[in-house]
Amino acid sequence: MAQLNMVQAINQALAEEMARDERVVLLGEDIGRDGGVFRVTEGLFERFGAERVIDTPLSESAIVGAAIGMAACGLRPVAEIQFMGFTYSGFEQLVAHAARLRARSRGRFSCPLVLRTPYGGGIKAPELHEESSEALFCQSPGLKVVVPSGPYTAKGLLVAALRDPDPVLFLEPTRLYRMLREEVPEGEYTVELGRARLARAGTQVTVLAWGSMLERALKAVANYDAEVIDLLTLNPFDAETVLGSVMKTGRVVIVHEAAKTAGFGAELAATIAEEAILHLRAPVLRVAAPDVPVPLARLMDHYLPSIEQVRAALDEVLRY
Amino acid sequence: MPEEILASFQVRRLSILDENGHADPELLPGLSDDELLRLYLAMVLARTFDERAVALQREGRLGTYPPIMGQEAAQVGSALALTPADWVFPSFREMGVHLTLGYPAVQLLQYWTGDERGQKTPDHLNIFPFCVAVASQIPQAVGAAFALKNRRDPGAVVVYFGDGATSKGDFHEGFNMAGVFRLPVVFICQNNQWAISVPLKGQTAAQTLAQKAIGYGFEGIQVDGNDVFAVYRATQQALEKARAGVGPTFIECLTYRMADHTTADDAARYRSPEEVALWRARDPILRLERFLAARSLFGEADAAQAREAAGQAVDAAVGAMEALPAPGREEMFDTMLAALGPRQDGQRKGR
Repeated sequence: MAQLNMVQAINQALAEEMARDERVVLLGEDIGRDGGVFRVTEGLFERFGAERVIDTPLSESAIVGAAIGMAACGLRPVAEIQFMGFTYSGFEQLVAHAARLRARSRGRFSCPLVLRTPYGGGIKAPELHEESSEALFCQSPGLKVVVPSGPYTAKGLLVAALRDPDPVLFLEPTRLYRMLREEVPEGEYTVELGRARLARAGTQVTVLAWGSMLERALKAVANYDAEVIDLLTLNPFDAETVLGSVMKTGRVVIVHEAAKTAGFGAELAATIAEEAILHLRAPVLRVAAPDVPVPLARLMDHYLPSIEQVRAALDEVLRY
Repeated sequence: MPEEILASFQVRRLSILDENGHADPELLPGLSDDELLRLYLAMVLARTFDERAVALQREGRLGTYPPIMGQEAAQVGSALALTPADWVFPSFREMGVHLTLGYPAVQLLQYWTGDERGQKTPDHLNIFPFCVAVASQIPQAVGAAFALKNRRDPGAVVVYFGDGATSKGDFHEGFNMAGVFRLPVVFICQNNQWAISVPLKGQTAAQTLAQKAIGYGFEGIQVDGNDVFAVYRATQQALEKARAGVGPTFIECLTYRMADHTTADDAARYRSPEEVALWRARDPILRLERFLAARSLFGEADAAQAREAAGQAVDAAVGAMEALPAPGREEMFDTMLAALGPRQDGQRKGR
């Protein structure tokens, strides 16, 4: 088994699925000859040709909109939006159409598309290149929202997303692209959508995280008896696994890199309050970014939740 | 160095049938007498459906409804040029297209009562659901054209929108992408000259909408949108081009919204009765009746009979629609995803 980084794992997932299923086509900006700005699609244009690896104009709304039409007409499009901040141009297509097409047509049409986009901060890039606005999309009931936390889950989740009959927003934590290497099996395997993963077992406190914050949360809990759950899918999220852990530990710290207010942590905290409040020994704490626009590099360390902040939250809930 | 002309462009306008029912014999499509009558009957059905729908709304039996009156030639003429392999991406004011292609009238009425089951296109028709978000169906149609081309499918894609859509980003993004990839798509704008209260000159400083295609590297043509022959001919030629791999075409059908924007609108607030009267004289059905009468294909009794038959068909659809059981709560859930998430599943069961 090869040690791959996340870029290589995603590339492998795309290549294998394109070889397996000729309906899979890629479209996006600079994904063809250039292999994508992060080189995620490197080599695929050469291997599968311009009809299946489509370099589009700079046109995010048309990329998402065209992917909808392709999906409804029998293809399995994988649209890449170069950075999450530019998904806002395609937001209407994704939320008003992709997520609703099956319902709107009462099942006559479906929209099996995957929208991949680099997500999150910490890469010293220009404005709007480090957004983490996942919660915006989780309010769209027909859209699945998936966030891998490493190379293994990236490949398995992407294959599952590509085979899913409904639209999936696939958020690739940019900070992790080349940071982590893991054993990634060649050939097909899937990581089930809608299922969280137990990243570390523990008994005193449950830490909920996803994407690049999972890596940080795991570092933070090194000297704690903490259970860490990697959500992997935000919509629909795995309430069963979350609540099972919370009922066991009675304490919860939620870590996410998006702004705190109405972040996805709020949904988790509300669900825990509704379903498990009598099992709680301490308030549910959120370690999240402040409610400010995502800053540029010089302020990013003040923005992203730090290991120290996670530890401070752990210490606080453990006082109860 | 002197300046040089790099390119120059012309915008064509096609009209075949004038207000008095006189047709240009050179340009008249080669339609049999039966086909001519079919065109006419489809337009009468569209008009009749529309009148009934507005009346039903006034009686509280239909929800807010966007009339098509005045646009029957643009809708019927283009729809009749399609083949079953073609795909249609409507906006929300193309009931004449739906009816012409055989979409059940009962389902159209059902949809406009607010029952979304009416949007389930019958399996033999390739008609996308109504698109209320103006212009957003355009990139989707372009994607469908991509898919047809990729799959070597013989069909083409027709997408409908209004003049207001030409101000939206999705119009431009979709046109641009279709031009770059020379996709088999026909863009049909029903320029009815009013986007609710904003007239065409408030929408664009361009002399025509058709010329907007030039900027994207393909042909745009304006047709008399109240002339069913011009619409039919232009659509047929554009579809042939699309199927031959020549690429997209933009057809601007210059027509007029004779009624309000929707039943919730009052157009008298922003346009003059004189303007409406002017366009009433250009009624697309009237001129076709004159044409048919001049060919002795048709008399006054035939017109009355056509309207009565259409009225009976629509009445039957109204009766069938009103006899349908109301949608149940689970209807909201049952087709939204291939498989519901656990929470949705609980919500569906009322938990």
